[in-house]
Amino acid sequence: MMKMSDSYTIVVGLEIHIHLATRSKMFCSCELVYGQPPNTRVCPVCLGMPGTLPVMNKTAVEYAVLTAMALRCQIAPLTKWDRKSYYYPDLPKNYQISQYDLPIGSSGYIEISQEDGGTKKIRIRRAHLEEDAGKNIHDAGGYTAVDLNRAGAPLLEIVTEPDMNSPVEVRALAEELRRIVRFLGVSEGDMQKGHMRFEPNINLHIQRNGQVFKTPITEVKNLNSFRALERSIAYEARRQYEEFLEIGRTLQMGNKKTFGWDDEQEITVLQREKEEAHDYRYFPEPDLVPVRLTPEWLAEIESRLCELPLAMERRFQREYGLSRYDAGVLTAERATAEFFEQTMRLGAEPKRVCNFLTQAGLKIANELSVPIDRLRITPETLAKLAQMVESGLVSTTAANLVFEQIAREGGEPEVIVREKNLLQSSDGGQIEVLAEAVIAEQPQAVRDVVEENKKAKKALGFLMGQIIQKAGGQVNPKLVSQILQQKLNALKGKP
Amino acid sequence: MAGKIDELLVRRVAQLARLELSDQEIVQFSMQLSAIVNYIEKLNELNTDEVEPLAHCLPICNVFRSDEVLPSLTQERALANAPDAENGYFKVPKVLENGGGA
Repeated sequence: MMKMSDSYTIVVGLEIHIHLATRSKMFCSCELVYGQPPNTRVCPVCLGMPGTLPVMNKTAVEYAVLTAMALRCQIAPLTKWDRKSYYYPDLPKNYQISQYDLPIGSSGYIEISQEDGGTKKIRIRRAHLEEDAGKNIHDAGGYTAVDLNRAGAPLLEIVTEPDMNSPVEVRALAEELRRIVRFLGVSEGDMQKGHMRFEPNINLHIQRNGQVFKTPITEVKNLNSFRALERSIAYEARRQYEEFLEIGRTLQMGNKKTFGWDDEQEITVLQREKEEAHDYRYFPEPDLVPVRLTPEWLAEIESRLCELPLAMERRFQREYGLSRYDAGVLTAERATAEFFEQTMRLGAEPKRVCNFLTQAGLKIANELSVPIDRLRITPETLAKLAQMVESGLVSTTAANLVFEQIAREGGEPEVIVREKNLLQSSDGGQIEVLAEAVIAEQPQAVRDVVEENKKAKKALGFLMGQIIQKAGGQVNPKLVSQILQQKLNALKGKP
Repeated sequence: MAGKIDELLVRRVAQLARLELSDQEIVQFSMQLSAIVNYIEKLNELNTDEVEPLAHCLPICNVFRSDEVLPSLTQERALANAPDAENGYFKVPKVLENGGGA
């Protein structure tokens, strides 16, 4: 389909909405909770009744500032509220309280990890607070049903510059942002529950015969997963290129179009072509006074910032010699990362602790739907257990069983190991007897090793396995290897 | 009077505000609104170079509530004034444009 002389760059900017995890709504004291019967978390304020007045939730403002700080934004010393007029039944006031010309944060950036291990900076244009709308349900029949439980929920809107150039980069940004807000504890970041909504703006810069053609920008809505986000970009790029080949329309010739993502067919469907830009008629919100972020207050909020996940991931690779994959899994959640570091401070071996946490640990935590630090195991017991494996007292397999039991029920590793009879034999005398027996039983394998032929390595492993099997698995493999080597060396006539 | 606010603009604003105006009202409002805008424009004669923009007419800021939950209305009370409701939802004429709100 692509003409030989063409090449194109995908250009994507994102508009992101994040639900802040406050207990109550942005401007009233209704509870913020999901999955409740419709219109049971509403009051005269969020229903838009005449004569009511909004009052700012201080925590929501602080969460927004904290996030903007993590995104390296400039924080406005004075910020205010504006009305965005919007005639739609999910907004009962007929306007949304938002921020127009003085957003809380501006000119920041977020660093994303790239395939080659490098990082790329995606600039953040602005980050501002606003209230969410309610929920319209259109499939009810000949009318629209409205639930206003969500109306008035604190929403952080983040707008990036069009700095992403592939579906993978867009996904990386979305996942990084999710990791950041979860680390900060300002949002649960669950896309399925609508805690995070991503709306990409996409177009192509097509290079043809030394000229650059820009396709009209489209916006895609209704993306409910990271996968849908990534796929919608790839689909839109293909669709726009084909449309360009067919009718050659460029940016100057068309208005912005909005597409909806069809998750089943994995295609974008035209929703509307903006005849003219929406006229939101912003004006300062007279019902709310401005917010002055004093240096003292900002310093207090800044003290809540933590090391950001990507920085932590890189540090884990550097400091503990972990692979990028391992460091990524450990830093996916703050609880896991902190658990790991606490265990490290007790002097345990990084890779071993990482394996315990990312395999058995995350498996059990998922099963019980709790963060890893809520399991019964503590950094202290984990460090002890790792040490026992290190010194050959228990095998890795046995240690995993012990880990699982402690994680679920608590307990001390030494006690469990004794109770379950999991201690490995480090009784040299017993191993020698077994080694001699195996050497007598397996002359062919012994010959391979002694002759140091092609099969030597495999044969040695086989002999090891036989001894461990005879010992019922509960034997220190390091010691077995040592003793077996001694005996075989003796047969070779070496010291 | 020279129309600052011509009839076309009145029609557009009325449409945005979902107001139904008669042709006569449109002419009338066009003149009245133009008079108001002309009057307000006198303020432009003032030199405001050294004056900070004002975000709010009250000299106060930072009025907050703490993040605490208080009881909401019952569903019955919430829907009591609604022209139409069903199964706990407000029932409104079908919305065609898929705006998606915020």
